[in-house]
Amino acid sequence: MKIAEFTKGFIKENPIFVIMLGLCPTLAVSTKTVYGLGMGLATTVVLLGSNTIISLIKNFIPDKIRIPSYIVVIATFVTIVDYMLHAYVPPLHKALGIFIPLIVVNCIILGRAEAFASKNNVGDSILDALGIGLGFTLSLTILALIRELLGSGTITLKMLDYGWVWKIKGFKPLSIMILPPGAFITIGILMGIFNHFKMKAEGKK
Amino acid sequence: MYNISVSPHIHSKESISRIMWDVVIALIPALLASIYFFGMRAFWMEVVTVIAAVLSEIFIKLLLKRKITISDGSAVVTGLLVAYNMPVGAPFYVPVVGAVFAIVIVKELFGGLGNNIFNPALAGRVFVMFAWLPEMTTWHAPLKSGWWQHGFNFFSAKLDAVTTATPLAVAKLQGLSNLVAQFSDKADMYWNLFIGNCGGCIGETSALALLIGALYLLKRKVIIPVIPVTYIATVFVVTYLAGADPVFHILAGGLMLGAFFMATDYVTTPITIKGMIIFGIGAGLMTVLLRLKGGLPEGVSFSILLMNTLSPLIDRYTAKRKIYGYKK
Repeated sequence: MKIAEFTKGFIKENPIFVIMLGLCPTLAVSTKTVYGLGMGLATTVVLLGSNTIISLIKNFIPDKIRIPSYIVVIATFVTIVDYMLHAYVPPLHKALGIFIPLIVVNCIILGRAEAFASKNNVGDSILDALGIGLGFTLSLTILALIRELLGSGTITLKMLDYGWVWKIKGFKPLSIMILPPGAFITIGILMGIFNHFKMKAEGKK
Repeated sequence: MYNISVSPHIHSKESISRIMWDVVIALIPALLASIYFFGMRAFWMEVVTVIAAVLSEIFIKLLLKRKITISDGSAVVTGLLVAYNMPVGAPFYVPVVGAVFAIVIVKELFGGLGNNIFNPALAGRVFVMFAWLPEMTTWHAPLKSGWWQHGFNFFSAKLDAVTTATPLAVAKLQGLSNLVAQFSDKADMYWNLFIGNCGGCIGETSALALLIGALYLLKRKVIIPVIPVTYIATVFVVTYLAGADPVFHILAGGLMLGAFFMATDYVTTPITIKGMIIFGIGAGLMTVLLRLKGGLPEGVSFSILLMNTLSPLIDRYTAKRKIYGYKK
């Protein structure tokens, strides 16, 4: 097991800002910090499950039908997550809406199955899933935090009765930031900053 | 390998800074009109916005380690145009954020002057419009008796005017006849719209002042009239065909400001004559469509921005080869 498989997901192979996968849910649900966090964690759970199972059964999957096979595994975990969220955190389930079932077709998950789990052992696949999943969660939370802060003047980290909501007093929020253009502008700027630091780090080596 | 024709070449006195400062001079009549109709608050808004534009340009140039080119005046033009697009009652942070967005994101992050896809001032205006819609759509009527009777307080930035709707909004929501009823007759309405005595953004209401500026630009050959003329003519013809009042539609709203000062931006509009005609007609059609059928009363900003995105494509299909030399 290599620890690098875990850490690469945060900067070097950050799913949103570097490989640019999974942008559709990213743009859609990042209007409140807690939604970003919730979406990221839900995706991480699915990714963890699918990567583990796929790396375990990779030798039994015929090459020609591997994509449908992966989708079956992924869809199973998405259904589990969907029902769990519906049962235990209904407000989050309601807020994320269609984007939970759509995790099935999230490119990050299929991409990791195809590019990593089908070629590596279980230990590495779990680390890879955790790294990429938490990297995705972190990026999504940062994006949602910036958008919510500028677009609503609040930071919401409250779900059910846990957590807290922080509000800036006397700030007139820029409502464009919680609309689609705000998502594109924020993601563009963050992507630029990420690439700047990535290029700097690579230049030093 | 580029082939350039043999010398001698004509040396032009044109330079970016000469053009930009000419545009600043051409915008002065509208600045005076804005002070005349909306009072000193309009003036201070323009000053603050220009300062914000210049400072944000210095800041982003330092951050991106680019050469500082404040003296070319492009930041001043952008700042002025953003301010001209503000209602007089907007809090000062609205134009400031608009100017910063225009310079930092729309201009410099796309590669600086010459590489921007969108007209910076218009994109800045649209950004703040959707950021603070209530502030951006609360309009004030011009000062009824003029500032000289209020006493000329140079430092006053307070509002002493009543809120109103723009002529376009009145015409859209209540019908043109209700707008005409606010004036003594139709000719009086046209005259007031022409000189700028109506609600609206501080720099856009006075068609007269903008036309004086535009004439200066035409005389100095900074702009050629192809886009403004096709743009305004298209609006005139299409509103006539649609059964609306064509004279009203070319005098009201931001059409004059947009057509002469924004749709003539060198960077974001086509360079060929044929392309300019396509640009003008396209922008005119979009403007009429948005004004008559859209949700908002005005559509000049959106139509110019939309045509900005098409400019590279228009250029590709209309550019003659061998204009400035050609690629083998």
